Amino acid sequence: MSKFQINRRSLIKSGAAIGAGLALPTIFTSSARAYLNEPKGDTVTLGFNVPQTGPYADEGLDELRAQELAVQHLNGEGDGGMLNTFSSKALKGNGILGKKVQFVTGDTQTKSDAARASAKSMIEKDGAIMINGGSSSGVAVAVQGLCQEAGVIFMAGLTHSNDTTGKDKKANGFRHFFNAYMSGAALAPVLAKAYGTDRRAYHLTADYTWGWTQQESIATATEAMGWETVNNVLTPLASTDFSSYIAPVLNSGADVLILNHYGGNMVNSLTNAVQFGLRDKMVNGKQFEIIVPLYSELMAAGAGANVRGVYGSMNWNWQLQDEGSKAFVKSFGEKYGRPPSNSAHTCYVQTLLYADAVERAGTFDPCGVVEALEGFEFDGMGNGPTLYRADDHQCFKDVLVMKGADNPTNEYDTLEIVEVTPRAQVEYAPDHPMFAGGDLGKCNSGA
Amino acid sequence: MDAIILQVLNGLDKGSAYALIALGLTLIFGTLGVVNFAHGALFMLGSFCAVTLQKLLSLSFTVEDPTQKDFLGNPLKVDTPYIVSWFGDATGNAILNWSVPLAILFAIPVMLLVGYVMERGLIKHFYKRPHADQILVTFGLAIVIQEIVKYFYGANPIPTPAPDVFRGSVDFGVMIGFAQNEIIYPYWRLVYFLFSAVIIGAVFAFLRFTTFGMVVRAGMADRETVGLLGINIDKRFTIMFGIAAAVAGLAGVMYAPINSPNYHMGMDFLVLSFVVVVVGGMGSLPGAVLAGFLLGILESFASMNEVKSIIPGIDQIIIYLVAIIILLTRPRGLMGRKGVMEE
Amino acid sequence: MLGLSKKDTTFLLVVIFLTLATPILLQPFPENSALAQFNAGYPDLMQRFAIFGIFAIGFNILFGLTGYLSFGHAAFLGVGSYSVVWMYKLLNYNVLPGLVLAIVMSGLFALFIGYISLRRSGIYFSILTLAFAQMSFNLAYSVLTPLTNGETGLQVYNNDPQVLMSEGSPTSPHFFGIVMNEATKVDVGGWQFTFSNGYYFCAIIAIIVFYLSLRIFRSPFGIMLRAIKTNQTRMNYTGLNPRPYTLAAFVISGMYAGLAGGLLAAMDPLAGAERMQWTASGEVVLMTILGGAGTLMGPVLGAGFIKYFENIFSKINDSILHSWFSALPDGLEDFVVFVFHPFIGKGWHLTLGLLFMLVVIFLPGGLIEGGNRIWNVISGKNRKKKRDEAAHHPKPTSHVN
Repeated sequence: MSKFQINRRSLIKSGAAIGAGLALPTIFTSSARAYLNEPKGDTVTLGFNVPQTGPYADEGLDELRAQELAVQHLNGEGDGGMLNTFSSKALKGNGILGKKVQFVTGDTQTKSDAARASAKSMIEKDGAIMINGGSSSGVAVAVQGLCQEAGVIFMAGLTHSNDTTGKDKKANGFRHFFNAYMSGAALAPVLAKAYGTDRRAYHLTADYTWGWTQQESIATATEAMGWETVNNVLTPLASTDFSSYIAPVLNSGADVLILNHYGGNMVNSLTNAVQFGLRDKMVNGKQFEIIVPLYSELMAAGAGANVRGVYGSMNWNWQLQDEGSKAFVKSFGEKYGRPPSNSAHTCYVQTLLYADAVERAGTFDPCGVVEALEGFEFDGMGNGPTLYRADDHQCFKDVLVMKGADNPTNEYDTLEIVEVTPRAQVEYAPDHPMFAGGDLGKCNSGA
Repeated sequence: MDAIILQVLNGLDKGSAYALIALGLTLIFGTLGVVNFAHGALFMLGSFCAVTLQKLLSLSFTVEDPTQKDFLGNPLKVDTPYIVSWFGDATGNAILNWSVPLAILFAIPVMLLVGYVMERGLIKHFYKRPHADQILVTFGLAIVIQEIVKYFYGANPIPTPAPDVFRGSVDFGVMIGFAQNEIIYPYWRLVYFLFSAVIIGAVFAFLRFTTFGMVVRAGMADRETVGLLGINIDKRFTIMFGIAAAVAGLAGVMYAPINSPNYHMGMDFLVLSFVVVVVGGMGSLPGAVLAGFLLGILESFASMNEVKSIIPGIDQIIIYLVAIIILLTRPRGLMGRKGVMEE
Repeated sequence: MLGLSKKDTTFLLVVIFLTLATPILLQPFPENSALAQFNAGYPDLMQRFAIFGIFAIGFNILFGLTGYLSFGHAAFLGVGSYSVVWMYKLLNYNVLPGLVLAIVMSGLFALFIGYISLRRSGIYFSILTLAFAQMSFNLAYSVLTPLTNGETGLQVYNNDPQVLMSEGSPTSPHFFGIVMNEATKVDVGGWQFTFSNGYYFCAIIAIIVFYLSLRIFRSPFGIMLRAIKTNQTRMNYTGLNPRPYTLAAFVISGMYAGLAGGLLAAMDPLAGAERMQWTASGEVVLMTILGGAGTLMGPVLGAGFIKYFENIFSKINDSILHSWFSALPDGLEDFVVFVFHPFIGKGWHLTLGLLFMLVVIFLPGGLIEGGNRIWNVISGKNRKKKRDEAAHHPKPTSHVN
C-alpha cells in the first residue's frame, strides 16, 4: 500500500495542475458578454419551471397552460387577453423588444434539488433569460436563490410563505402571489364577523417552514381580534392519515379548527376532519367550524363536498368580474375549455409583467428589469391597483376571502368569493417582524 | 384515559390498513420469494377501482340549459347520470351514493385478473433471478402502473365519499361512561376496521382449513418437496398472487373514502408496508398482521400532544425507531422464520 | 502503472479519456439542429453525471462486492451536502474544508449506522438502513430546521459569519480561486462545447475515486468482501470474522456518498432535505442494478442513464415534438405527437419505468451486459471474449435462498 500512497499524492498534484490550467481561459470569457444569456438572434427564451410529476402535477399543468397562453399573447397571437386591460401599454404584441418569445419547460418535481437542476439546464443549455413558475415555497426559495447566483430574473409562481419575500428575499426574485401574512390579515375580520370574536382555535400545522409562517400569521391575526389559540400541533409532512391529530380536537375545548396544510395534506386533513363529524358538533354552545387559510381550486376539487362552508383565502379567482379577469378567463377558457386556477393566473401575469418590464427598461439586462419592476404600479391584471414594492419585491393588491360553495354546479365553482379585501388592509411595513432578517442584496446580471 | 382509548381506536384503524397491505406483501414474499415493489401500486389500483366505478356510474348525458350560463357565458350544460334517469331519482342516487361498497364487487375480479396477468406475464420469469432484479423490475412496473393511472385520472386527488349513512361519527365515550364528545369515532373507519378483520380472518381460514391452503403452506415451507410429490405448485402460486393482489386492492377500495385517492398513494404506503412486513418477520403472516397493528397504535400514541411535548418530532420517526429497536432485539422481527431473505 | 495490471491500466486510461472528453462526447448534435434537445453537454448535467457516478461507484463497493443492499445511502449524501454548506456559512466559499468535513462526517455517520445495521443481514439490514435514513430525512425536514433550514434547504445568507471571507474572494463556490460555475465556451462549426471548471473538478475527483475503487476491487480486501457475498457461513468456519470487513466497506461507501453529496453542494451551494429521502436512496440502488451491480463501470452507466432521462426527457414538450415532426402532413403529425405525448415531458417517469423493465428483462446483467454484447458483435469475438469479461467483472451471484 505504500507505493499507492505516493501515487495518490502525485495524482493530486497533477489534478491541481490540470485545475490551474483550466482556470486560465475563464479570464477572457467572463467579460465577453454584457449579461448572462443576452438574446442575440431574433428570439428570446423564457423558462417555465413547474411541477410535472408528483402530487402537484395538475397544478403545474395549469400553470403551463397559462404560460403558453401568455407567450401567445406576447407574440400577438390569440385575442391578447390581459394585454388589452393592462394599464401599461408598453407591450405591442410583437414579442418582447421585437424578439419573438420562445419557451422551454422543465419539471421541478416539487423538490428543491430537481427544481434547481431543471432551472440550471434552462439557463445553461437553453439560454433562458427568465425563470417562471413553481408550486411550493421551498422550491420558490431554492430557485430564487439559484437565479440570483446565476444572474437571471425569477418570477415566482405559487409560493405563499412569508420567507419568499422576507428572510429569503433576493434582488433577482419577484413574487406576485400573496403571502401568509396577507391571508391572516384578510381572513381575520371576515371570521370575526361570521363566527364572533369569542372563539377558541386549534391549529394543525404542516411541520415545515411554510406551515410555520402561516400558523404564526393566522394566529397573530385571529388573536388580535379576540380569538384564543388553544393549541398548535405540528403534523409530519409525510402524513397521509390525520385521524390521530384530529381525534383530540373536540376534547380540547376548542371550537374552531384551523388547518395550516396545503395540497395533499390539506385534502386529507380536511376530509378526515369532516369524517369525524366535527362540523356537526356543538362546542362551548357554538357550532364547531373549520378554516383552511390557503385555498386552491384543485385542492378544493380534491376535497369534494368537504369544503362546503369552509372559509379560506386566495390570490385570485376566475369568478372575479373586473375587466382584466374577464379577459383572461375568456381567452384561457376558449383555449382550454376550463377556467384558470389562481396559480395559473399568477404565472400568466408574472410572464406579462416581466415582458412589460423589459419593454419599459429597453433591455433584457436583469438589472434593468429589476429597476423597471421595483416600485411599479399597475392595474388591469385582475387584482385591482397593484404595487410591486421595491423594498422586498412583493406585490401588494387585493386579497380574496373564499368559502366552499354550498351548491356547486360543476367542479370549477366549488369555492365562492365572500369578500375582496382591499389592499390597504393587507399591507405591512417592510421590516415587519415576520419578514425580518432578509437582505435583497444587489441585482446580478451574471456578467 | 379517554385520550388513550381514542388513540387505540385510531391505531387499530391505521393498523388495519398497514396489516392488510403487509399481509398481501407477505403472501408474495412467503409463497413466491419475490420482493414486490409494485404492491403499493396494487393498493392504489384498488382505490382507483372505486374511483372508476364511481365515474362509470355517474356517466351522464348532457342537456344544454339556456336559462343558466357557464363561466364563458355559453348555455350551461347540465349533466344527468344515466343511472338516475333509468332508475328514477331515489334509486339512482342511492346507487351512486353506495358506489364505494359496490366497488368491492367490481374490484375483486379486476384485481384477481391484474394479479394473474402480473404473475404469468412478468413475475414468473423472476423467481430464479436475484432479489435486486426483482426490485428493479417491480419498481419499474409500479412506475408504469402509476403513470398510466395519472394519464387517465390526473394527479389531483379524486373525492370518493362513503355512503351518506356512514357520515359523522359514533360517540363511544357515552357508551362506556365518558362525557359527550370525549371519544368519538367516524363510522366509516369502524367499517374499515371490521372489514379488514374479516378479510384477514378469511385469508387465515383459507390457508388453514382448505386443502388448497394446506398445499400452499407446505409450498411455503418446502417448495421442492411439494413439487416432487407431483403437485402443481406453480398454478397454486399464481392463484396466491392473485389473492394477494385482491387483498391489496380491497384494502385500497375501502380506503378511498378515508383519503381521496391519487396516483402516487401507493408509493406513500410502499416503504411503510415493507417496514411493517420486516418488523413482523419475513414469511410470517401473523407477524405481518401483528406488526401492522402494533405500528399503527404506536404511531397514534406518538402523535399525542402529551408525548410530543416530551419528545418533539417523535411522531416523525416513531415507525422507524420502533423498527430499529425491534430488529435489534429480535433478529428476525416479531415472528420471522430463520433463513428467509437473510442473505 | 499505479499498481495495476496492464489490462486495468488500459481500462483506467480509457475511463480517464472518456471522462475528460465528456463535454465533447455529450454534445453530438449541432446547436441549431432539431436533435440539439438530446445534447447533454451542459455543465449542470455533466456535473451530475460525475457526482452520481461517484455515488454509485461507492454504493457498488458495498452492494456489488458484499451483496449487502443498503436502502439508506441517501443519508450520507445529505450529510455531505450539509457539511459543505455549513463550511461556506462559517468560513468562506472554498470547497476544500467542506469536502474534507463531508467525507469525515459521512464516514462517522456511516460508522454509527453501519455498526448497528450490520448486526443483521439480508432484508433486515436493508430495512435498518432505510429506517435510519428516513429518520434523518424526517428530522432534517422538521425538528432539525435550525441545522438544516428544513424545507427551504440550507443556503448561505448575507449575514452569515464567513470568517475567512476577504474583499476580493469569490462569492460562489471555488477551489482556491477556480470558480466552479465559470466555463469556457468553444464554438466549432455548428457545435458549441462548454468546458466548465465545476465539471472538471468533479471529473478529476471521479477519476481518483474510480481508481481507488479499482484498487479495492483488485485488492485482498476486495476478495474478502466477495467471499462474504458468496458464502458468509463458510467464511465463518475458516475462522474469519466478516463483520470488520463489511463495516469497512460500509464506511468506505458511506464516505463516497458523503463526497458525492459534498460535491453537489460544491457545484450548487444549497442542500435540500430531499437528498436524504428514501427515493434518493432508492435511486442509487436502481442506478447500480440498472448499470450492472458488481461491475466497475456499470453503476456509472446506470447513474448517467437515470440522470439523462430526468433532465433531458422531462424537458421535451409538445411544441418541441411538433417542431420535429412538422415535415409530416398535418393529420399524421398530430397522430405522431399524440403517440409520443405520454412518454415525454410530464410522462418521463413512464419512459423510465418501461426502460427499467426492459433492461432487467432482456439484460439480466444490466446495461454493462448490453455494452458487452454489442462489443462482442462488433469485434466478432463471442465465447472467448465472454470468458475474459467474466474474469474481468465479478460474476453476479444469485441471492435466492
